[in-house]
Amino acid sequence: MENLNLVLPEIFISLSIMFLLVLGVFKKDSSKITFILSLFAILITAIITINETFSVSRETLFNESVVIDSLSSLMKIITLVGGFLVLVISSRYLKTFKIYNIEYPILILSSILGMMVMISSNDLIVFYMGLELQSLALYVLATYNRDQLKSSEAGLKYFVLSALSSGLLLYGCSLVYGFSGSTNFDIISNQLNSNEYVLTFGIVFILVGLAFKISAVPFHMWAPDVYEGSPTTVTLFFTMVPKIAALTLFIRFLYVPFLNLIDQWQMIIVFLSIASMIFGAVAAIGQTNIKRLIAYSSISHIGYTLAGLATASNEGIQSSIIYISIYVVMNLALFCCLLMLRRKDQYYEDISDLSGLSKNHPILSLCLLVILFSLAGIPPLAGFFAKFYVFIAVLEQSMYFLAIVGLLSTVVAAFYYLRIIKIIYFDKEKDKYDTDHSLWLKFSLTVSTILILLYFIFPSQLIEVVSRINII
Amino acid sequence: MNFPILSSLILLPIVGALFLFFTKDKEGNNLTAKYVALFTTVVNFLISIYLWISFDQSTSSFQFVEDRVWIEGFINYKVGVDGISILFIILTTFITPICIISVNNSVKNRLRDFLIAILIMESFMIGVFCALDLVVFYLFFEAGLIPMFLIIGIWGGARRVYSAFKFFLYTLLGSVLMLVAIISIYWITGTTDVIQLYEIGIDVKYQNLLWLAFFSSFAVKTPMWPVHTWLPDAHVEAPTAGSVLLAAILLKMAGYGFIRFSLGLFPIASEVFTPLIYTLSVIAIIFTSLIALMQEDMKKLIAYSSVAHMGFVTLGIFTLQQQGIEGSIIQMISHGLVSAALFLTVGVVYDRMHSRLISTYGGLVSVIPKYSILFMLFALASLGLPGTSGFIGEFLILMGAFKDNFLVAVIASIGVILGAAYMLWLYKRVVFGKLINEDLKKILDLNRSEYFILSCLAAPILFFGFYPDPLINTIEVSVTDLINMHNSNIASK
Repeated sequence: MENLNLVLPEIFISLSIMFLLVLGVFKKDSSKITFILSLFAILITAIITINETFSVSRETLFNESVVIDSLSSLMKIITLVGGFLVLVISSRYLKTFKIYNIEYPILILSSILGMMVMISSNDLIVFYMGLELQSLALYVLATYNRDQLKSSEAGLKYFVLSALSSGLLLYGCSLVYGFSGSTNFDIISNQLNSNEYVLTFGIVFILVGLAFKISAVPFHMWAPDVYEGSPTTVTLFFTMVPKIAALTLFIRFLYVPFLNLIDQWQMIIVFLSIASMIFGAVAAIGQTNIKRLIAYSSISHIGYTLAGLATASNEGIQSSIIYISIYVVMNLALFCCLLMLRRKDQYYEDISDLSGLSKNHPILSLCLLVILFSLAGIPPLAGFFAKFYVFIAVLEQSMYFLAIVGLLSTVVAAFYYLRIIKIIYFDKEKDKYDTDHSLWLKFSLTVSTILILLYFIFPSQLIEVVSRINII
Repeated sequence: MNFPILSSLILLPIVGALFLFFTKDKEGNNLTAKYVALFTTVVNFLISIYLWISFDQSTSSFQFVEDRVWIEGFINYKVGVDGISILFIILTTFITPICIISVNNSVKNRLRDFLIAILIMESFMIGVFCALDLVVFYLFFEAGLIPMFLIIGIWGGARRVYSAFKFFLYTLLGSVLMLVAIISIYWITGTTDVIQLYEIGIDVKYQNLLWLAFFSSFAVKTPMWPVHTWLPDAHVEAPTAGSVLLAAILLKMAGYGFIRFSLGLFPIASEVFTPLIYTLSVIAIIFTSLIALMQEDMKKLIAYSSVAHMGFVTLGIFTLQQQGIEGSIIQMISHGLVSAALFLTVGVVYDRMHSRLISTYGGLVSVIPKYSILFMLFALASLGLPGTSGFIGEFLILMGAFKDNFLVAVIASIGVILGAAYMLWLYKRVVFGKLINEDLKKILDLNRSEYFILSCLAAPILFFGFYPDPLINTIEVSVTDLINMHNSNIASK
């Protein structure tokens, strides 16, 4: 008998989804109660995850198709925390657009379930199942504000392109299966050897599919449009949570089945990383919409995360995870600020709407200042340490070119972050924005900003947690 | 020594800034905020004086060292001072209160925020000068960009946005390569602790590249020709207090970095690249002096003179002679005082006339005599007249240079003449001559606070000009040991 306690988080969250769906069918005007219950569901799932799996070093279930280890439990917790915060700060925004319905929390829960399955997968089929579950939920979320043309367009675009990439991914999986005779990661790892050239195609197809999911250059084209068109809270979800799951898959694929084929994939990852860092930095310069700008900046941040993965070392993986964790916090803080740009039930998302913000909203501007300098990677803020750890890992492997290109592109990136700071602090002020924000929004912004600002006092804690992850 | 005196020096301004942050911002002349900031910085100055008094001048080892684990098994928060760094710390704590007194007229809006920026800047600058770990040094070195960017950008002149961006991006671009070098040093030697690195030494085959990476950062910050172009822009657009901080202390970070890191960590590479430094320094001295001659904007002229003076400093450091390095340090301290004073004197007339153009002025001596006398003193100190601190530094540098390379020394000496030319000509055009501009007739002489801060700056300039012993005694042992260490490293090559 399998130890089902290890998958209790997944079981619990699926039961909650079904219960909430039934509740939504039978009870009228149940959106508020659904929101609250789904928050509790996420919270309880997180507690179960911590209790049941956090101390597990490595266990497999169901014919070794699901793996529970320190990587999966940490990533699940980050996913759950991200999902929780998104739900908590969305309600005001959704009410404004009259889309405060029961489907929203349920879709978020479903996509979280999909991601948790992805994170734990040790088998091609399980992995694909999780991926599709999360993608389907995300397509609907992207088009959630269905009365707006842009939101529908975003959803359609995301659906078509994502389906294409899933196709590529499946094709790659079938090639890998053909050469190894198994769908299990551990068995594939033993069966594969680097002499088969056609196998390289399989790896490339899988990597392309995954690169699409995390929007690494050159598979990033969907990201700016989808991010701009989707409702802001959904964009927040897009920029944080699915990336964590996709990053975990990158780690799983590269370091379990394909570990022996490192010569084949290392150059690809280095290229994806460099291209994302440079393109993300350069393309963001000309943007006028904050959400589009965040899309490009997230592309360049993914580049740094990939730089850590390209090192093929435990330190590299750990630095990538640290990077993505800090990035999640910075991103959350940035979106909290964006959600505060509201005046008479209208949300503003152009960079020029920030003009002179520091005159009327000094505290909000100060938070933005800290967040933007941190995103630019200026010490002593958290964003600097994220980059610092990545480059330590990169330089340990003597990959000087990657490190220098990466650091030079931070200078380019610094330019557009500075441009926003300039608009906030140096330009003429506009009308005041409303200040009656929900308590959760203020709370999330304050806590995340303080975390960014004071991370440098206790940098060891995060490293300690992450250093338990030893994949290789 | 159990009391963490250096950490308290670093933290005190931040505490003051936090306190200011929670006070209410008032429009106009916010006296409460000013007194809080002034009190903080004066206390900091007194602590640093106490540090100097209890400093043991007979040893070159680091004193008041604090060593705490910061990132487990990787970086320690390590600070300490030796004879070289202590002077820069005192310069910092001395200049900052003067900046705060001087903001009376130049900063009209958001005074509280301005003072917060200055206080945070002070703590970062002190951190740079006492950091004994490369990563800690880098953190402080880079973190200073944030407050300075805001000081230039929010309270600056007409082209402030351009200047702030140029300042920030130039410096950042220079520094990222240093970060690569610091991490590489960690992987080569297994530590970023400066004291341990002095003992271990870095393998010769890495030294040249690492030296160049550090150089790229320090050259921009110094600034050396041809990457000096950010400085005139930043100086001209920054508010007076910002220019003072920039000229007096920020530029010294790079000179200090050259001595502490380039010479200390990469002795062989320093020897290899001496011709490069000589060339760039001599070009800086001659070329920027000539540019300074042609300036019509007073602040720009002083900015270019800073580049020329820093050319002397880099020249002196890389003579690798006792006199040269001591001269460079004294020149840096002296330039810190003199350039601060010059920017403040320009600020005084700018606050009254709102023009920095030399042609606006002329004949000031007949209306504001007190101002003219002090201005003369600073101009003479800037050109290195015997009896002022500027002389000691330049003289020692040239002495070191003559020992090492005759040709370079001769060319640099021409720079001294050019320095006299542009400074005296500036003085003549501003202070002497006929009083043509009608508006000037109503100009007021120095008020009490201006008189006070300029006298505060004049006193050490004259004092150390006649009696430089306190400075030389403080740095002597450290410099001697640095040279000895350098020579033994070269010999063991």
